[in-house]
Amino acid sequence: MDFMTLIQLLDSTIRLATPLLLACLAGLFSERAGIFDIGLEGKMLAAAFFSAAIAALSGSVWLGLLAGIGASLLLSALHGLASITFRGNQLISGVAINFLAAGMTVLIAQDWFRQGGRTPSLSGNARFEPITLPGADQLAQVPVIGPLYAELISGHSILVYMAFAAVPLTWWVLYRTRFGLRLRAVGENPAAVDTAGVSVIALRYAAVAICGLLCGIAGAYLSTALQAGFVKDMSAGRGFIALAALIFAKWRPWHALYATLLFGLFGALETRPDVITAVIGMKVQGQLLGALPYIMTVIILAGFVGKAIPPRAGGLPYVKER
Amino acid sequence: MTLMQKFLGATAAFALSAGAAMAEPALIFDLGGKFDKSFNEAAFNGAQRWADETGGTFREIELQSEAQREQALRRFAEAGANPIITTGFAFATPVEAVAGDYPDTKFVNIDGWMPEIPANVQMISFQEHQGSYLVGMMAAMASKSGTIGFIGGMDIPLIRHFGCGYAQGAKAVNPDINIVANMTGTTPSAWNDPVKGSELTKAQISQGADVVYAAAGGTGVGVLQTAADENILSIGVDSNQNHLHPGKVLTSMLKRVDVAVYNSMKSGNDIATGTSVVLGLAEDGVGVAMDENNAALVDATMKQAVEDARAKIISGDLEVASYYATDSCPALDF
Repeated sequence: MDFMTLIQLLDSTIRLATPLLLACLAGLFSERAGIFDIGLEGKMLAAAFFSAAIAALSGSVWLGLLAGIGASLLLSALHGLASITFRGNQLISGVAINFLAAGMTVLIAQDWFRQGGRTPSLSGNARFEPITLPGADQLAQVPVIGPLYAELISGHSILVYMAFAAVPLTWWVLYRTRFGLRLRAVGENPAAVDTAGVSVIALRYAAVAICGLLCGIAGAYLSTALQAGFVKDMSAGRGFIALAALIFAKWRPWHALYATLLFGLFGALETRPDVITAVIGMKVQGQLLGALPYIMTVIILAGFVGKAIPPRAGGLPYVKER
Repeated sequence: MTLMQKFLGATAAFALSAGAAMAEPALIFDLGGKFDKSFNEAAFNGAQRWADETGGTFREIELQSEAQREQALRRFAEAGANPIITTGFAFATPVEAVAGDYPDTKFVNIDGWMPEIPANVQMISFQEHQGSYLVGMMAAMASKSGTIGFIGGMDIPLIRHFGCGYAQGAKAVNPDINIVANMTGTTPSAWNDPVKGSELTKAQISQGADVVYAAAGGTGVGVLQTAADENILSIGVDSNQNHLHPGKVLTSMLKRVDVAVYNSMKSGNDIATGTSVVLGLAEDGVGVAMDENNAALVDATMKQAVEDARAKIISGDLEVASYYATDSCPALDF
């Protein structure tokens, strides 16, 4: 395996890891506040559709992004309403959101565009184009560092850089701000937060809203940056892999980055069976790589490698004592 | 109140029409969805053409999950639809299970295979390897790098059948050609994952491929898009996809599912059942798409070579090996 193949593989890893990373951080905010969210998939899908649809109609990808975030926030609000205000079962609400998004996107797309549940192909300003970072072209000739910078780091869409910037930001918000401390506390012991005079409901809604925002960006990335339009069910289970990554990362932001990069690498390797054969000297079925994220999550959950302990109040609606 | 009346009226009208038109044909689309710009859409176009020409109506349903197959078949059969046309290999088993219970209803399945065909079932299959052979030749002639790619949807024998014909055609033109073949996945979601289709295309480009053939349903949308973005050529499948990216799609391997559906609906109750119908190059069941969108990409020698090969395959001088015959491919190792 030569150097350029490695670069190409890592480049593909970054592209595949970005939606996982955004969705994983989204889930992290929500679950750290005690709201389990298996509706990540549905929110991504709805955002993917609305960002592509509005970008196609308006010709501006930024309006599309806003629409995608808006749609995702709306579903988040629904999840919040069901599981925070009405204290419903968080898992069932999440499942409902997944079904709602899968059906609604195709239905609206058919009504608006008459192309059978897809949006028209996006081009020009209706799409996030790759950004060439300053100096990338000049540096490209420098050995090792040149291609590393020009091919791997430069040349992604702005959403990729936003996703990577979200990791330290998440860490800072969660561990270095008062809001973050309260958010984590509300997922561990909401009664204590309530005793301190802070609104549990408001904190949880805030967490769910941040989750919606990040899922919105993830969905917009799928349909307007990686692809040029929406195709039904295009999230293809990435919301669930993000959940697996969240458990794998044990609900910590930096580990979420590593976990999603690892899962992204599996995805990238799946597209290059020749590389695997060359490196380990035997043929490995691509299906095994596709299943690896789930297998590893099961191993972690079973307690073989460390222990994954979810936030203690996760999944429990908060009832104020009377 | 008015809304209620409308509903009641609609229900009454529906009940009447269902009773009146006993021999209404029905069409069941596979999981890829009715408008996949490919296989199922071709089936729909054939049905629509029949409806436009005869003024008839047909019933249709788009499946949402695997579990609905038998249920949909039974509901249409109970409602008196005839013939019931199903698209997709996965329908073979449910059709086989249901057909015996409705001896007066005729069933048609496109793409499926069953060991013994019941008396009221017609199986339609296509010689995809022949059409793929022709596009494989074109790919090899258009390629400058000597490497071409194949991206399949779900890893099933049918898709390997496509890839096998493609590889044979390419090797007939250039015995040293390098063919990179990938499958998107092993579950039905592999038909609807354009993001992965894009990544596979990029991976193949980095291995030197400059023509990719996508036999992958909705996933192919991502393949064709990425190929156009990266400025290489792509080959569409099933329906004519040349118009999706004019000047960037070399050709499309046409599988005339529309013709099959049209003919089935036209024959109505007189359909020949208990047999299988094979549509190949000779019957115009498969072919290559030539139109104004790819005119600039196809030169005279390429056209001539394809025409010659087509004539030879029809006359039997040239035999394209079928993946089904041996469950393996002489030209490509999956």
